[in-house]
Amino acid sequence: MSSYATTVTQVRFGHTLTIYATEAKYELLKVMRQPAYVVPTLTFPVLFYVMFGLLFGGKQSMGPVNLATYVLGTYGAFGVIGASLFGFAVGVATERGFGWLQVKRASPMPPLAYLFGKLVVSMIFSAIVVSLLIVLGIVFGGAHLSASMILKFLGTLIIGSLPFAAMGLAIGCTAAPNSAPAIVNVLFLPMSFLSGLWVPVQVLPHFLQQVAPLLPPYHLAQLALLQVGAPTVGSPWQHVSALTAFTVAFVVLALRGFTREDGKVNG
Amino acid sequence: MQNSQNNIASLNGVTKKYGTITALKDVSLNVRAGELLAVLGPNGAGKTTSIRMLLGLSRPDAGQARVFGGDPSNHATRMRVGAMLQVAKVPETLKVKEHIELFRSYYPNPMPFADAVKSAGLEGMEDRLFGALSGGQKQRVLFALAVCGNPDLVFLDEPTVGLDISTRHLIWEQIRMLVKQGRTVVLTTHYLEEVDALSDRVIVLNQGMIVAEGSAAEIKARTAQRKIRCVTRLSVEEIRGMGNVDSVSLQDLRTEIRTATAEPVLRELFHRDPDLHGLELTNSSLEEAFLKIIETSAQDADQKSAAQEVTV
Repeated sequence: MSSYATTVTQVRFGHTLTIYATEAKYELLKVMRQPAYVVPTLTFPVLFYVMFGLLFGGKQSMGPVNLATYVLGTYGAFGVIGASLFGFAVGVATERGFGWLQVKRASPMPPLAYLFGKLVVSMIFSAIVVSLLIVLGIVFGGAHLSASMILKFLGTLIIGSLPFAAMGLAIGCTAAPNSAPAIVNVLFLPMSFLSGLWVPVQVLPHFLQQVAPLLPPYHLAQLALLQVGAPTVGSPWQHVSALTAFTVAFVVLALRGFTREDGKVNG
Repeated sequence: MQNSQNNIASLNGVTKKYGTITALKDVSLNVRAGELLAVLGPNGAGKTTSIRMLLGLSRPDAGQARVFGGDPSNHATRMRVGAMLQVAKVPETLKVKEHIELFRSYYPNPMPFADAVKSAGLEGMEDRLFGALSGGQKQRVLFALAVCGNPDLVFLDEPTVGLDISTRHLIWEQIRMLVKQGRTVVLTTHYLEEVDALSDRVIVLNQGMIVAEGSAAEIKARTAQRKIRCVTRLSVEEIRGMGNVDSVSLQDLRTEIRTATAEPVLRELFHRDPDLHGLELTNSSLEEAFLKIIETSAQDADQKSAAQEVTV
């Protein structure tokens, strides 16, 4: 009897894993075919990096590394944040607001499989955009990165995308589908500037430097800079704790929206 | 009560408010195994809210929703249920087969893929992107998603709304197949002809309340009315006093009489006015019958609330 019960449990567990994998697979196929997401997610960070890191950067140096290596850290964070915020906020707001999420929730799909699929896809796009930047930095920017530095840099940014996925989810669970992209832009661009993603935080006016630690991208950028050997501000544990706290706060906000029942369907 | 074993889903005294709007007022209904139950009503009657309650997507403010003896939002319940809901936008960059494969993966014993495609008449369209489909084809994909998990109970929320006649008939054919396969189907619609064509049993909802319940034939019979139009010297009051007459009105020079029993009324009319002429006799359409149920229920509600005001 007990072996039968074990088998049943194993079958169920196997089936649940299959659902998660299938959800991620079709989420990827779906998003890959959406130029409105793919094109800006991949081209903007690359374009900015080429312009501000490679073309206009010249031979300036930032402490022990050149400018091209320094901005690799900050634009890497920029790229990952964009991929996560837009993927979650716009994706969830659209599917929730236009009634699609309701169809999925009426099915036996585990709700976490839905979020898992979205997270896998935003992490895949994060990995692609950071890899593109690394190649450009090494080939054209004279960035000196060992294999282990590259892996740590990639890993830090991919895991560090979690708070932004949670923030996107919180927006996606509260915003109307048509206003979600605008809301993300209004938050993403000023937040990136104030966090020192475009201009090093040390160069910002003093009062803006006070604001930066209140913003999650600042902490991710500092952790990323650390991996490429660039000068950083504050201790890594401070940044990790801050990002963890932001993740928890956004997840709480998002869950409140995700579990709240929606009486009306937009459109 | 002797049928209680056959009830596989029920709402018991369910009330639901959205802000100041009461979507459902103390609604009780049962879904019996193997039947096709139609929930009929105008827009805003509470049809979709009832379905959402039975799918566990919405919680009653008062009362209870049960499906297969459990909470409708239970995972075990959902594995036996399929739903076609009204969706403003379905992801357009997945192919038909990908949508179906994904939904099949959610269920422990889904229909074979080919059967799911066939049950919705989607053969040959498997490789098309959802966004490239016509309105009728999109509805059929949603239908396929509702049935591909091999569910015992299928909810269809206005499955043919906005579709042309031929597509509507195609979906009706597929719904009949579901019932033949032994599944239970709950269908909401505001098309009376759909009820007439498909359903075993009808519940008529209006303003969040059940105003009629019975077989499609019973509902029709209850509201079967014929309309007599003629030119007569008899006064409206006199005709009204004849009995068997539901309503009398004078329109231009013609008198219009509504009645369930036209023949005795006509006999009496000719008896009292041998000069009666310009006679027309028509059966009221299903739409008129439906409107009559709604109208009567609204009057009842008005009278009730008026009576309450008086007592207060």
